[in-house]
Order: sequence, then structure tokens, then C-alpha cells
Amino acid sequence: MSEYLFLVPLFPLIGFLINGLLLGRLPRSMIAFIACVSVGLSFILSLFLFFGLKAMPPEIRIVEQVLFNWIIAGSFHANIGFMLDPLSAVMIMVVSGVGFLIHIYSIGYMRGDTGYGRYFAYLNLFMFSMLILVLADNFLFMFVGWEGVGLCSYLLIGFWFEKKSASDAGKKAFITNRVGDFGFLLGMFIIFWQVGSLNFTEVMASAPQVFVSGGVLITVTCLLLFFGATGKSAQIPLYVWLPDAMEGPTPVSALIHAATMVTAGVYMIVRTNVLFIMAPDALMVVAIIGVVTAFYAATIGLAQNDIKRVLAYSTISQLGYMFLACGVAAFSAGIFHLMTHAFFKALLFMCAGSVIHAMSGQQDMRYMGGLKKYLPITFLSMLMATFAISGIPGFSGFFSKDEILWKSFSSPFGNYILWAVGFITAGLTAFYMFRLIYLTFYGKERMDEKTKAHIHESPKSMTVPLIILAILSVIGGWVGLPHLFGFTNNFEHWLEPVMRKTNQIIAARRINEAVGETGIEWGLMIATVALVLISIYFAYLIYNKRTELATSLREKFSSVHKLLLNKYYIDEFYGAIVIRPLIYFSLFLWKVIDVAVIDGFINGMASSYDDVSGTLRTMQTGRVRTYATIFLAGVVIIIAYMVFY
Amino acid sequence: MLLSSLIFVPLIGMIVVMLIPKDKFSTIRWTSTIFSMIPMFTSFWITWDYFFNYSGSAAMAYVEGPFKWIPSLNVHYFLGVDGISVPLLFLTGLLSTISIVASFGINKRVKEYFAFFLLLEASMMGVFVSLDFFLFYVFWEIMLVPMYFLIGIWGGPRKEYAAIKFFLYTLFGSIFMLVSILIVYFTSQPHTLNILTLIKQGSALPYTLQMVCFIFFFISFGVKVPIWPLHTWLPDAHVEAPTAVSVILAGVLLKMGTYAMLRISWPMFPKALHSLSFWIAVIGVIAIIYGALVSMAQKDLKKLVAYSSVSHMGYCMVALAAYTSATAITGCMFQMVSHGLITGALFLLVGVLYDRAHTREIAVFGGLSSKLPVYSGIMLLFSMAALGLPGMSGFVSEFMIFIGSFGVLNKVLVSIAVLGVVLGATYMLRMVQKVFLGEFNLERWGGLTDINLREIITVAPLAVLVIAIGVYPKPLADLMSATIQHFITLVVR
Repeated sequence: MSEYLFLVPLFPLIGFLINGLLLGRLPRSMIAFIACVSVGLSFILSLFLFFGLKAMPPEIRIVEQVLFNWIIAGSFHANIGFMLDPLSAVMIMVVSGVGFLIHIYSIGYMRGDTGYGRYFAYLNLFMFSMLILVLADNFLFMFVGWEGVGLCSYLLIGFWFEKKSASDAGKKAFITNRVGDFGFLLGMFIIFWQVGSLNFTEVMASAPQVFVSGGVLITVTCLLLFFGATGKSAQIPLYVWLPDAMEGPTPVSALIHAATMVTAGVYMIVRTNVLFIMAPDALMVVAIIGVVTAFYAATIGLAQNDIKRVLAYSTISQLGYMFLACGVAAFSAGIFHLMTHAFFKALLFMCAGSVIHAMSGQQDMRYMGGLKKYLPITFLSMLMATFAISGIPGFSGFFSKDEILWKSFSSPFGNYILWAVGFITAGLTAFYMFRLIYLTFYGKERMDEKTKAHIHESPKSMTVPLIILAILSVIGGWVGLPHLFGFTNNFEHWLEPVMRKTNQIIAARRINEAVGETGIEWGLMIATVALVLISIYFAYLIYNKRTELATSLREKFSSVHKLLLNKYYIDEFYGAIVIRPLIYFSLFLWKVIDVAVIDGFINGMASSYDDVSGTLRTMQTGRVRTYATIFLAGVVIIIAYMVFY
Repeated sequence: MLLSSLIFVPLIGMIVVMLIPKDKFSTIRWTSTIFSMIPMFTSFWITWDYFFNYSGSAAMAYVEGPFKWIPSLNVHYFLGVDGISVPLLFLTGLLSTISIVASFGINKRVKEYFAFFLLLEASMMGVFVSLDFFLFYVFWEIMLVPMYFLIGIWGGPRKEYAAIKFFLYTLFGSIFMLVSILIVYFTSQPHTLNILTLIKQGSALPYTLQMVCFIFFFISFGVKVPIWPLHTWLPDAHVEAPTAVSVILAGVLLKMGTYAMLRISWPMFPKALHSLSFWIAVIGVIAIIYGALVSMAQKDLKKLVAYSSVSHMGYCMVALAAYTSATAITGCMFQMVSHGLITGALFLLVGVLYDRAHTREIAVFGGLSSKLPVYSGIMLLFSMAALGLPGMSGFVSEFMIFIGSFGVLNKVLVSIAVLGVVLGATYMLRMVQKVFLGEFNLERWGGLTDINLREIITVAPLAVLVIAIGVYPKPLADLMSATIQHFITLVVR
């Protein structure tokens, strides 16, 4: 089985090379066919690999393939190698599966675009990089995928590069991610310096001996890795690029900025869970940043008018939940939410794309309304996804979010404050999502006549992926039904081999803890569901039944609304304290240090030589009489010297 | 004979070119091309043969001499190569031919131009194969002459200033080198100028003398690298020089500085190196950050690339400071090769645009991607290579340098150096955005044509090598590993 691993990323690479090198000269149907088939093949292979892995006994569920030695220099070496274990098996299925659906969806969505070939080439390159990221068997090769997805994100955000806002957004995404990479790289350096290897299996095996549990070094390492994750996964303080990334085509937002790439940070932390579990302080930071981001982004989501921006902040918020899970050492809950989120958030974006498609490019929800009857399939799919993200019992998001909330309360690394913030955020989530639903699909039709005449349901290539994802959004959570309902949590069980060390440490910690009673678990779950339902009712009240309430509330809390609408002015803040000073500093270095000081000194030296030699030159008059006089003077001085001393 | 041919074939070429009537442009161009291709293929063959037959040991290969040249001064004609000079010969051979082909557009005093270019190639080859100090010094100095004229005659508006600045800067450095050479010559017993012998003896010199010689060599080699703050000749020289000369300047000349450190001053004065390594690292880190920041402020495309060279060569200095790590030194060699390929290509590409638009001002362009897709695509590729994207050579070299030096140097210092990764992305992407993205000014630039076949031929080999080294760096690393191991044993004495 191991000999097939490299094929998973290879198929999309071939697709990229064909479409990329031919510069889109193929007929459109051919371009789309190549792109979709290459990803489809990866998906099928992923399924086979998954079942192959499942057939093996749980203890040995790890398959590795080393293609070749990549970098060998002195004591350092790293391979181009792949590793399939329960975690990466889940990831490749999610990535290639959702990716395949989004490729199909793109056929219809990008139909009229002139950059058709370029678009699919980039998309395939993305799949290649992302599959490398999740299949790599060492930090360095993972970093290759990590940077590769960053590049594709840059290229696809700026896909419509004539628009300045699009190219700005692409640049912002790349540079912000690079800031995060700084942390990732340093983390990697410390690991290699201490362990002498970057291979995951080797690092995880020897880390407990090399690092002092809870020590400074492991804490710093984990914090650096986490800093890298905050860049890729859009957490505080590096989340700022993701909302702007919505400049890209909507399928790209669905694939890269919702379902797959942005979850890379979560994946990385789970992949290195052995390190994190040794650094409880770092875990605490992860949990706090996660839950604060979740709450913070949700509040911004309350006030946005652009349909994609609401979803973007919602993505940041949901990613915060995943980090909360990681921070309380509930790693499998984090991956569980990653998976269900991939389904429902990809679906939300694709539905938003379908809406935008129908609205002739309009993204502002203030000019929508009443679309329910025009776009029935889109509406129903989006409703399913909204139920899922809000956590309506039975839908996929309910199970994953509930598990995170419960773990944040009951885990030895959790506490009731983390739970409380997560709990409130769940209410906010339901509120802003139903606000979106009501503004878009219900109420008065606020678009102009021209747009209205043009509204139509999307073509089959777009709606079929919607339906499939809608089904997954409903049932996708059933793989992880909680113990509370009398099931065994299959999903957690499946990931158990990856978390073995972590689970041992948690079990050792739990001995004296009283939490974990089913009564409390029921109580918290019911409370959450109640809060969600109340939030939905308020959204209904404000944005559907009595829309004048929205206006009066906005007026009453105008300063809060303005603050939220302007996203707490964080972009302005970064501009003032980081970007502009840096620009001025670089100008200072150039104009003052380089040109005035260094060159000034050198030119000054040159011209002073010039002056001195110019002065000296005047002595060479060529007149013999002058020379004779000076000569005589010299003789007199020397004689005088000899006489008097 | 093989190594001598690298020097003398271009020299013969120069003489042949001078015999051609001066208005036969095409004959001159093709003759020069052929005379530069011979050493290019020789250097390829040497790389190939060295890899398979000699790379297992650190001993000098293809040794010629030592033959007596000036007996009264113990000067010998002595050539030889090892794992650190072979990659640079390869680079010199390749970039020389590419530069000559890229110079076909030169119409002013064509004969002199190509004659000087061949002389330049001969002297560069000479520097990388010489094992006698006098010989080394001669080639090092000869190189100045064609360079001075190439900038001073065929350069831009401020060519005289730039040429003289370059000349004086290097000459200033050379004086220090001469003094140092004299010191090591007169302190050696028996007096010798054989670099290999001097390396063996050099570590026995008294500490103060080592320090003096080391610092003098450091200044003279450092001007070439260029180290901060001796770098200000570089932006002026690059901006004024014609495209092909910039390619050679960035691609080969800068490497002569770091090469000379590896070949001469590092193994010759290990004690001084031990005491100064921290400060060398500091200089390297300043160069990385400073060069990147100043690049960010540039308005001229070529100047941006020039300052980025300061930043990229800073990585080499950091690696050289981490001299006990074979990983870092390998990274240094990789960075030299990689920077030569990437920056050489960037200068070629800037030249392509300049030939058409007659300006290099970043702000006047925009949206070129839509009108010049092939050109933009290639430029994007090399920009990504320059900012160290994995899969290309720049990443491999930077990573080796970082991970090698992190273990042996001050951690905070290396961490600051890693910030260069962030800044590198900033200035490259800023350039890409302003020139290639955004709205296209059809009125002003509607007449621009995409890159032509000759121009593609000049950058294509560079692109292939950048990706090949990025994906499979092992052969290059294997080629130099024995030499680098030997180097480490010399510097830790």
C-alpha cells in the first residue's frame, strides 16, 4: 500500500503541469476535465488508502513511503517522504473530497471567465500542495506544502489582478503568512537543534526524552509553532488577511479559505500533539487565543453587510473553536470539527457563490432579500449548512461543537471560563448566521429591477455539489456520536493511535478530577441548544418579523455598531504601528544611512583628496625661480635646525 | 590543460575578436559566443567529471603546476579545483555565455565590448582556479579593467561616477589584500606564495598577526561580497551597468568575495576567525535586514534587485560565521550558486523590460500580466525563487544556512536573520504588484511586446537549474561535501 502514497499529490500535479504549461490553450471542456479528473483520482485513491488502513490492526496503522533524500548537508537531512496514519487519512479524504466537489462547482461558476485555464491550473497546484502538507512525514516537507498552499492562496486571491483591492489582498495574505512562517521556521530549528531530526515519527518518539516536560524550551517551541499556525489559520493576531481574501473567486474562498488551507494550522498542532501536551502553558495560550478569536470574530460577523465577509469572520470564529479544542488537549475533537466545518463551511460559501452568481455579482446583503423562491436548491442547501454551523441537534456541527464545549469544560486543561466564552459564541454564531439567512432569502426584495430580472438558479454543475455537501453537512457528524447518547465515538476511536501518548498523559491527570459526570454534560448541552434557539428567535424577530427593530437597535448602539462594522479598526492599527513605521524606516535607511552617511563619507573622502591634491598641485608651478626659492628656504631651515639643536 | 583552457580560450577569443573589422557586428557576436561556449562546455565537463571521479576526496583535482613563473619571488603558475570552486566555474561558464548572448543588442563599439567581455571571463575563471597567491591577485586585479570600461563606456547616464566608484572601492580593498599577502609571504618559511602551503602554515602565525591579516583580507574580500557598510558601490554599478554586465556582477563577481573567504582567509587564520565570528555574523545579519529594507524603498527596478543582493549575500556571511557547521557552509555554497542563478535571471529580465520601455521606474508600470503573460510568468517564477519559496534553489540554501547556523551561533542573532524571510517577501511582492498586477496602461504601454525567443533562451537554463536544485539538491551537495568536511577540519584547528 505504501508504494501508492505519492500518487495522491501526484495526480493534481500532473493536472497543474498540463494546464499550466499549455497556458490555457486547450478547449475549456478539456481544461475542466483534466483538472477535475486529476483531483477525482486522488479522492478515489484516498478512499482506498483509508479502507486499506482500516483493515490493519489499530496499533500498526502507519504507512510510510520515502521517495528520495531531499536535503543532505552536514549533519542535516530530510526526505521527500509520505506518511499515512489515521489523521492524514482523514485529512486526505476531506481535502480531496471537498476539493473535488469544488472543482466540479467551479466548472459552472467560472464559465464566463477569460482566465479559465489559469484558474484550474492554480486550483490543481493548490490540491497538490495541500495533499503534500497533510501527507508529509517530516516538518520540512510539510513546510513545502505549507508554503505551496500559501502561494496558491496568493495567486487565487489576486486572480482578478486588474482590481487593486484583489492584488492588495493577495499580497497581504502572503506577507501575513510569512510573518507566521517566521515562527514555524524557528520552531523547526529548535526541534532540529534539540532532537537532531525533523521526521515526525522520530521527533515524537524522542521528544519526551529530549525536552523537559513543562520546560521553557518546549513551551517556546510550541508557542513558535502555534504562531505559525495563527498565520495560516487566521487567528489573533494574524487573522487580518482572511477577510480580505474574499476578493478571490468564491469557489476559492470555499476551498482554500474555509475548508482546507486555513485548517492547516489545526492539523499541524494535532500532528505535533505530543509536543504540545508536554507544554501545558503553551496549550493554555492556544486555548485562550482560540476562544478569544472565536468570540471576537463572531462579534464582527454580527455587523458585516457583505455576505462573503460574514462567512469569512465566521470561518475565523470556527477555527477559533478548533484551536480551543487543541488547547484543552481535545485534539480529536478539533479534527472532528475541522471535518464537519469543511463540509458546512464549504457549502455555505458555495451557496453564497450561487447567490452572488444569481445576483449578477452583488455581494451586499442590504440589496438582497426574498431569494428563497428564486433559488430553492441553494436556499435549502444553505439552510442545512446554517443548521449545522449553528449546532441544531442532529446536524453535523452540533456533535463537533458540543464535544469541544464539553471538553473545554471537563478536560484537565479546560475550565469553566473557556466554556462560558465558547458557549456565548455559539449563541452569536446562530444569530449572525440566521441574520444572513433572513437578509438574503426572506423579506422584501431589495435589488434593482435589472438584477431582479436576471435572477436564476445555478446550473447543475453547481447545484449537484451543493446537494452532496448538504447531505454531508447533515450526516457528517454521525461518525462521532457522543458517549452521552450511548454510542461509542467512532471518530475519536479512529484517531486514537495518533493521540496515544497524549491520552496517557490526560488519563494520568484525570485521576483526582471529579468532572465528567453525565448530569453536567446533559445540562451544558441543553443550555447550549436553548441559547442557540433563543438566538435564532432574536434573529428572526429583528431581521424578518420586525425589521424596524434592526434600524432602531443600530441607532441606539451606533458607536458599537460602527466599531464592529469597522472591525475594531485593527487594520488601521497595524498600519499605524507596523506598516507605516517600517516604510519610513526603510526610506530613512536608504536616503539617510546609505546615501547621506555612507556615500557622503566616501564621496567626501574622494573630494577631500581632490582638494588636497588640488592644493598641492598649485605648488608645481613649473617656474624654476619658485622651486629655487622653496629649495633655499628648505636649506635654511635645515641648517638652522642643525645649528640650534 | 583543462583549467588553463578556461583562462586562455577566452583570451584567445579576445584577440580574435580584436582582429575582426569593427563593423562586422554579427561576426563579432558569434565569434564571442563560440569562444565563450568552449569554456562553458569545459566547465560543464569538469563539473560532471569531478562529480563522478573526484568528489569523494578533498584533494585538488586537475592540478597544473606548480610551474616556476617568477623564480626570484617564488611565484608559480599553479592551478587546481575542488568542491567549492567547481560549482563556481560552472556558474561562471554558464553566465558568461548567457551574458554574451544577452548582449546581442549592443550596437555601440561592439568590438571593444565583446573583447572586454572575454577578458572579463578569463579573469574570473582565473580567480577560481588559481592556487598561487600572486596569480590569484593578478586575476583579481585584471578583472577590474574590463569591468571599469564595460560600465564606463556602455553604461547609463551616471556611468563615469559608477565606474570610478566601483574601481576605487575595489582598489581600496586590494591594497589591504596586497599588504596581507606580503605579510604572509615574508612570515612563511621558506617564503612561498602557494596558497595550500600557506593554509597549512598560517594557523601557526601569532595571534595579532593573524588578526591583522584576517581583517585586511576581510576588508578586501568584503568589498566584493559586498559586506555592509562597504556595499554602496553596488547599487550604483548595477544601475549604470548594461544588463549583461549586471548579470556577471551579481552572478559571479560577488561570489569571488565569499569564495576567497572560503578558499583563503578562513582556513588560513583560524584563530582570528574564532575571535571574530560573532561580529561577522552581526555584519551578515545587518546586511540581510538592511538590504531588504532598503530594497523595499526602491523606485528603480534594477536598484531593487541590486539591494536584494546585499540582503542575499548577507545570508552567506551568516553561514560563513557559522563555520563549524558543515550544513551552514554547504548552505553558503548553495546560496552563492542560487543567488547567481536567480539574481542573474532577474537582471536579465529587468533588461528585457528596459529594452522595450526605456525606463525602469516601478511606479510607471502596472498590469503587465495581461499584456505580457509569458514575461510576467517567468518574472513571477524568479521573484518567488528570490523570496525563498520551497521547491526552488533559494529555499534550499537559506534553509541550510538557518538550520546550520542556529545550532552554533547566537540564537537571537539567527532569529533576526530569519526575519529576512518576511522582508524578502515584502519587497518582492510589492514589486510584482506594482509592475505586473493592477490596471494596464494601454495608452502608454500598448506597444510593448512579450519576451522573444532569444531572451527566453537566455533565462530558460537558469529557470531549469533553479528548480532542479530546489527539487533535488543532492548531487550538488554531494559534489562539495568532501571538500567542506576538509574545510571544517582546517577552520577548527
